[in-house]
Amino acid sequence: MSDQMTLTPRQRQDLRTIAAMIIPPSEEYRVPGADDEIIQADILATLGRDTRPVAAALDHLARLAGMALADLAPDARDGVVQQFRSSGGGAAATLVRVVLQCYYRDDRVLSSLGLELRAPFPKGHVLPDGDWSLLDPVRARPVSLRRAP
Amino acid sequence: MKDPVDVLIIGAGASGAAVAWSLAETKMHILCLEQGGWMNPAEYPSTGRDWEAKFYGEWSSSPNVRGRPEDYPINDDNSPIKVVNYNAVGGSTVMYTAHWPRLHPSDFKVKTLDGVADDWPIDYDALTPFFEENDRIMGTSGLSGDPLSPLTHPPMPQQPMGLSGAIIGKAMNKLGWHWWPSDTTVATMDYEGRARCINLGHCTPACAQGAKSSTDITYWPHAIRAGVELRTHCRVREITTDENGMASGVVYYDKDGVEQFQPAHVVIIACNGVGTPRLLLNSASSRFPNGLANSSGLVGKNLMFHPYAQIYGYVKEPTDSNRAPPTCLWSKEWYDTDLSRGFVRGYGVQFVRGAGPVFEAVVSEQKGILPWGEDHHRVFRKLNGHRIGFSAICEDLPEERNRVTLDPVLKDSHGIPAPKIDYTISENSRKMMEHALARGREVLETAGATDICINSPIPWGGWHLLGTARMGTDPERSVVNEWGRSHDVKNLFIVDGSIFVTSGGVNPTSTIQALALYIADQMKQRLANLFD
Repeated sequence: MSDQMTLTPRQRQDLRTIAAMIIPPSEEYRVPGADDEIIQADILATLGRDTRPVAAALDHLARLAGMALADLAPDARDGVVQQFRSSGGGAAATLVRVVLQCYYRDDRVLSSLGLELRAPFPKGHVLPDGDWSLLDPVRARPVSLRRAP
Repeated sequence: MKDPVDVLIIGAGASGAAVAWSLAETKMHILCLEQGGWMNPAEYPSTGRDWEAKFYGEWSSSPNVRGRPEDYPINDDNSPIKVVNYNAVGGSTVMYTAHWPRLHPSDFKVKTLDGVADDWPIDYDALTPFFEENDRIMGTSGLSGDPLSPLTHPPMPQQPMGLSGAIIGKAMNKLGWHWWPSDTTVATMDYEGRARCINLGHCTPACAQGAKSSTDITYWPHAIRAGVELRTHCRVREITTDENGMASGVVYYDKDGVEQFQPAHVVIIACNGVGTPRLLLNSASSRFPNGLANSSGLVGKNLMFHPYAQIYGYVKEPTDSNRAPPTCLWSKEWYDTDLSRGFVRGYGVQFVRGAGPVFEAVVSEQKGILPWGEDHHRVFRKLNGHRIGFSAICEDLPEERNRVTLDPVLKDSHGIPAPKIDYTISENSRKMMEHALARGREVLETAGATDICINSPIPWGGWHLLGTARMGTDPERSVVNEWGRSHDVKNLFIVDGSIFVTSGGVNPTSTIQALALYIADQMKQRLANLFD
């Protein structure tokens, strides 16, 4: 298996299903779920070196489910996912991470969080200098630096 | 065969750059071999929208995860703390927090003061002028006058307190505990060709602005202008010796993977506390069957990491999140020994401003405080942008069981045996970590934080690689003498963190570089009889 591998249609289907279980859409916050088409496309396009563990995690999920996760009844899905989270190890953690890292860079999600849609460079951020009089009690402490006799 | 150089330096990181710059004034032919290449700031993570995702791959702090051609693998399976580093011109100064405390005077006299470990063969005062010189060249920011830290004179003002700093400062004042704005190598004003910090975010994985000091943009331009030759993508396999037991040069692989021999009159190793013992052990020969410079048997032993005890939580007020350098304040409240605490020695604290959204989501999900399903959005909004943290840098005492050896199987891309780490956190360190976590919890709760989480140790927290070729006056108890020269091989020097005798409880880079400058100065003073 190389990092150039892609997920099979069954794996993609399960990825979308579990992504929706991790982060469903929210009308209250006006955000899509992680099964959103754009977010799923971002995940697939940027899997890269994570393809192998994500595929392994999805295969593990399929074994636990005994069928496509989406085909299970919702109650049964929850049970499978609980098993998956407890037994999936590093591969499962990678799967969850790639879902989260693509979700939390989506424009709609960042807008909902009040974050700017840009790279940090070159604009950067402005930080309040703060009230350095807060240091006065520390300044009042005697100098104390332990030394060998 | 290549012409011999006067001085050959292995490694272009924190210490290699400093020693190269200092020795350049001698006008000797100085060559530095570096396994990595020059960095391109235009490719640094903060230039892209996917800046956080890169931390999990090509910009991971772990060489095992990164797996760039410039990296070498490290078997750290038998250690709860994993080694992190960076391999390039600038070394791990490309990828560090830029937190810039110095070891304290008491750190050099641990045996005398506390009856543990060993005293250093030099004291703080011997390094003072080199700390000052290094601070000027690296360009430090901070506030002079900390009552519990060695006096420093940063040429630039401290970083802004920000939202997180104010929350932490108020809590520390309520508790009556010491805190102070950290000295850092983040430029807070334009300085020596570097642009001032514009708060790109967490600057650990390199600074696209160039505000964070790394030796590729500080020491190296000066050293190269002064005549030092720097060859990149050259990985040294071994140091060779002649019939007199002197170092004769190095065998290395050039950028095309071709084996080369470079003769040298003096060899200086600057490869950090893992790379240096690896190289010495890989340089075993019939004359030095246990590895070069290893008559003491201590090469690779006494590895010290600084176990980090980290505790963090979430306040109602917004914090700085990722919108600033990660550390802004330190505390030395628990730095010195107080036996009533149940352990000897102590720890420094660096306070953490917060986290970016991806990191927050990933870590909080792993910690079990960010649920899947309907409630995910509400909880994430409570966590994101509200984190503050307390990280204790616990002094690790030297123990021979903690060591770097050569892995019998694992090799790098050139077939050179890789290092293997065996490391256990000591009982003293564990007690120290528990104490730190309890104090950190008090700070967080005083600040009103909830959902408190712990990383103890921080698993991928092996930044500080120290002690594996310690300095001392006794050849049976140390690898190099009090000015960095090998006891066994009189034209071989070590200038990196491996020569630390004890670790102190602070980030070590400032002290590593001051030591490198001190050793270079000692060499310059002894040029006429360097090998006597």
